[in-house]
Amino acid sequence: MFNEERFSSLITTSCVDLDNILGGGINCKEVTEIGGVPGIGKTQIGIQLAVNVQIPLEYGGLGGKAIYIDTEGSFMVERVLQIAEACIEDMSEYSHHFHKDNQAYGVKMHPNSILENIFYFRVCSYTEQIALVNYLDKFVTEHKDVKIIIIDSVTFHFRQDFDDMALRTRLLGEMSLKLMKLARNFCLAVVMLNQVTTKHIEGSFQLTLALGDSWSHSCTNRIILYWNGNERHAYIDKSPSLKSASAPYSVTSRGIRNSTSSSKRIKMV
Amino acid sequence: MANKLINQMALPKSIANIFAARNIITAKDALSLTEFELMELLDVGMAEVTSAMAHISEVVCPPCQTALLLMEQRVRNESLAGHLPTRLKGLDEALCGGIPFGVLTELVGPPGIGKTQFCLKLSLLASLPVNCGGLDGRVIYIDVESKFSSKRLIEIGTKSFPEIFHKKGMAQEMAGRIRILRPTSLSEFAESLQRIKVSLLQQQVKLLIVDSMAALVLGEHDCGASRQQALGWHVSFIKSLAEFSRIPIVLTNQVRSHIGDESLMYSFQAQSRPTKEDNPVTFDSHLVAALGINWAHAVTIRLVLESRSVSCRSKVH
Repeated sequence: MFNEERFSSLITTSCVDLDNILGGGINCKEVTEIGGVPGIGKTQIGIQLAVNVQIPLEYGGLGGKAIYIDTEGSFMVERVLQIAEACIEDMSEYSHHFHKDNQAYGVKMHPNSILENIFYFRVCSYTEQIALVNYLDKFVTEHKDVKIIIIDSVTFHFRQDFDDMALRTRLLGEMSLKLMKLARNFCLAVVMLNQVTTKHIEGSFQLTLALGDSWSHSCTNRIILYWNGNERHAYIDKSPSLKSASAPYSVTSRGIRNSTSSSKRIKMV
Repeated sequence: MANKLINQMALPKSIANIFAARNIITAKDALSLTEFELMELLDVGMAEVTSAMAHISEVVCPPCQTALLLMEQRVRNESLAGHLPTRLKGLDEALCGGIPFGVLTELVGPPGIGKTQFCLKLSLLASLPVNCGGLDGRVIYIDVESKFSSKRLIEIGTKSFPEIFHKKGMAQEMAGRIRILRPTSLSEFAESLQRIKVSLLQQQVKLLIVDSMAALVLGEHDCGASRQQALGWHVSFIKSLAEFSRIPIVLTNQVRSHIGDESLMYSFQAQSRPTKEDNPVTFDSHLVAALGINWAHAVTIRLVLESRSVSCRSKVH
């Protein structure tokens, strides 16, 4: 078991501080939930990971493919292209820096090939979402180089027209078990993006991730993205192996990057 | 998709009959139960249930596309790969070309900042011929507060596109492409949307504007949970309208001020916050967009208009 764990692979987020609190990056074989308020950067992180999973082995990546499950229609192709181009530029720079004399290390990737390696599914109802998760076993068997599955967001279809909350809990529970099995059996990372809601706790309203208390057992790691003043931060809310810690990050035109002084927001929720 | 009948999915006869006997007719019926519950209900082994569900799931599952294919389709079939340029250079750059098709774009800001003016400009831009950067199409303008002014529209047109608007009859034609609707309640609004769906199918309408969404929702008499639920339904409907018709939909929202010494926080943040006795209470008033957090999750692009001294800025979220 220990030997296995040493070889589990990590997918970088492109932000050094965030990678550090994650122990190097998003872990394969695990289900990681990432939640936050609208505009904090959930979809941005999702897209960054879908690109970064494809970073070739010679650059420290996994050279894998991605499955992007879009339940809200937030996947903007032009943004994926922007992030893919920036990723290739960064790799070129790295290559120039470390292999100045060796011509063979030129980056041969084209942004279009990055887009080609993202399998996109648009889900329009909870039944389609459950059906898709069931089908993924067959799909990944046929596409063994998939190393990450991103669900953006896992919440959306389960928030509308669900009168029977107990049923919702059971369906979500079964879905999350299947996702955990996929992560373990195929050695890939599952990233679920979640929305937030307000909860009345101890006399005041607090923010909390959606889908209820029982849902918090459905993931291995839970990361909350939040505003700390005017800066974006990520907090490890739950993890069996990582310490509770916070890290700043920013959303730039090149994707997710380290926090800088110019990437602050204006004051509007 | 979800309403597909199980007996038309080419399942082995034996299991198909069992599903029917227990009144599991559509895929949705089957997928709304866990596999364990199905096993109990159908009185068959887990392996059989799993295999039947794998089959049903594959049929109902949405199709797979690569991101590359998606992009190529849009570049090929749509104006500027699915964007309506606003003619504001910085904004168009930030939005990769302009207001995106197929998603909801929200304009939010304090009163008087220029939201309605922006909407008028966009309506004009959509009605212009393609060789002038427009979409050569009709516009549906949902004018809740009766702020639309055709006089102002033609004024903007004449100033910004003099070469077109000075041609005889062009001003009338452009203005004629914009249809104004004035629903007085959410339910009237829903009815209008259902009717719009037909025009969208015929591909004549190229832009939908709702000015303002906040006025429409906040004007409703019920409050609280039922209003949130009604809004939820309308939002889903508008989103699906945007997506299948691949048009840009722009909605305006109001702001309200939030006076208090804290905004909503998570429990882990509350732990590290200093206690109230240590800090004097400060009244940090800042602006909060109306319509709540579920609405905020549903829009894809939020353009915040604010004034920095004299000029206007917008920030893309």
